[in-house]
Amino acid sequence: MGGYGDVQLLRDDGLRLDGRKLDEMRPVSIEAGILPAADGSAMVTHGLNVAVAAVYGPMEAHPRKIQRQDRAVIDVRYNMAPFSTGDRIRPGYNRRSREISKVTAEALESVVLVERFPRSKIRVEIEILAAEAGTRCAGLTAAAVALADAGIPMRDLIVGVASGKVEGIVVLDLDKAEDNYGQADLPVGILPNTGEIAFLQMDGDLSPDEYNLAMEYNFKAAAEIHEIMVDALKRRYEGGEN
Amino acid sequence: MSNGQNGAELRLVTPGMAIGPSAGIRVGSGALAQNDTIIATRLGWVKEFNNTVSVDPINSAYMPRSGDLIVATVAEVRNNLWFMNINGPFQGLLPMSLAPWKVEFGAARQHMGIGDVVLARVQEVDECHNVVLTMKGVGLRRLTQGSLHSVPINHLERLRGEGNATLQRLRDACDCRIIVGENGKVWVDGNSEGTAWARQAFDLVLKSGHKDTFEADLTALEKNAPKNGDA
Repeated sequence: MGGYGDVQLLRDDGLRLDGRKLDEMRPVSIEAGILPAADGSAMVTHGLNVAVAAVYGPMEAHPRKIQRQDRAVIDVRYNMAPFSTGDRIRPGYNRRSREISKVTAEALESVVLVERFPRSKIRVEIEILAAEAGTRCAGLTAAAVALADAGIPMRDLIVGVASGKVEGIVVLDLDKAEDNYGQADLPVGILPNTGEIAFLQMDGDLSPDEYNLAMEYNFKAAAEIHEIMVDALKRRYEGGEN
Repeated sequence: MSNGQNGAELRLVTPGMAIGPSAGIRVGSGALAQNDTIIATRLGWVKEFNNTVSVDPINSAYMPRSGDLIVATVAEVRNNLWFMNINGPFQGLLPMSLAPWKVEFGAARQHMGIGDVVLARVQEVDECHNVVLTMKGVGLRRLTQGSLHSVPINHLERLRGEGNATLQRLRDACDCRIIVGENGKVWVDGNSEGTAWARQAFDLVLKSGHKDTFEADLTALEKNAPKNGDA
């Protein structure tokens, strides 16, 4: 990131290469309850990203050494399918998926009422079927909807969104070219009702003003995605489809 | 927060969603008070009853309580106890001293093996969620014939109906013995037609147990019941 300054990412008319405005998000759609075998599940389509999350549990935590006497542990497994990108990904866990699994689990632990289920485990599987920058955010959003669908008690939903900087300008929701050739990426996990931040990573450099603008974009996008999340959950149950 | 039919209003809430002000109102399950506001902690229907606001969850895991009558499956056998799958986050423990037979140390396998199904009662649940079961009691026994089915925990009330009226209708319609465990496991013992019909009824509970049309759908299904239909 930031090493390819000669790549043009903004058009002369001020729009981005895909025609979006600076503070415009890629289209997002969410469907809850797509996997009958899981206790809760969701699919998030965010631009060209497709993330599926499945939740199992709470169940007895195994191996026993991972049990916590006063709370549940959240076991997240994030994985990108080998066919999710243009270049085939070697199947299996790697350093990146371990890192994303860990930060996603920590973000989810801050919203799930884990103290309700001592010694148990909530298993969250996130599978990225198609990737185009922003998969950790799509995966986090999908996991939150899947947890709610599974009936896991939470104090809020959690929305994954990202902003970044391309050609020195802050933009919302980076696509693949912007992510690869941009100067900064700021993915965050936002609790939409309380405005708290459960997860924040930053790649590249942002000045304080740029950071504030990026967070402003992120909060605006989180509010929009939250509405789509709530709508997906309501559609599943209020719409008569169970 | 207006009251609807049976003290419940059909308002679906998602975790974190504000239900209303918390002043003067007690907070029930599925909700918590935060900054003078009651927020939902689960996906479910808002319920207001006796000045208490709660959320009736759409999906929930079985949390055992002392005294629950459950249908459990043997998951592990040790020399002097059985570990039972109770369809919850934790396994239940059935010590040989609480089995209905006189069991010698090391002879537990001769009485029940992995996969056997029993009707048991929750004897005790401690603060660490250790669950102790008992099979000492009237009617508690090993279930040797019939089939095991599942129903969502939150729809058990709908399956039973008021004073077990709906459950009795199902029993009469399919001419089967039906035992509903508090853990969402249902045992059906009867002929194959009756069992197949009962399974359809459980599927109906799963699909439309939360809808107002459930009663009408069940009445329609009853017309095809073995006792009323061609079977």
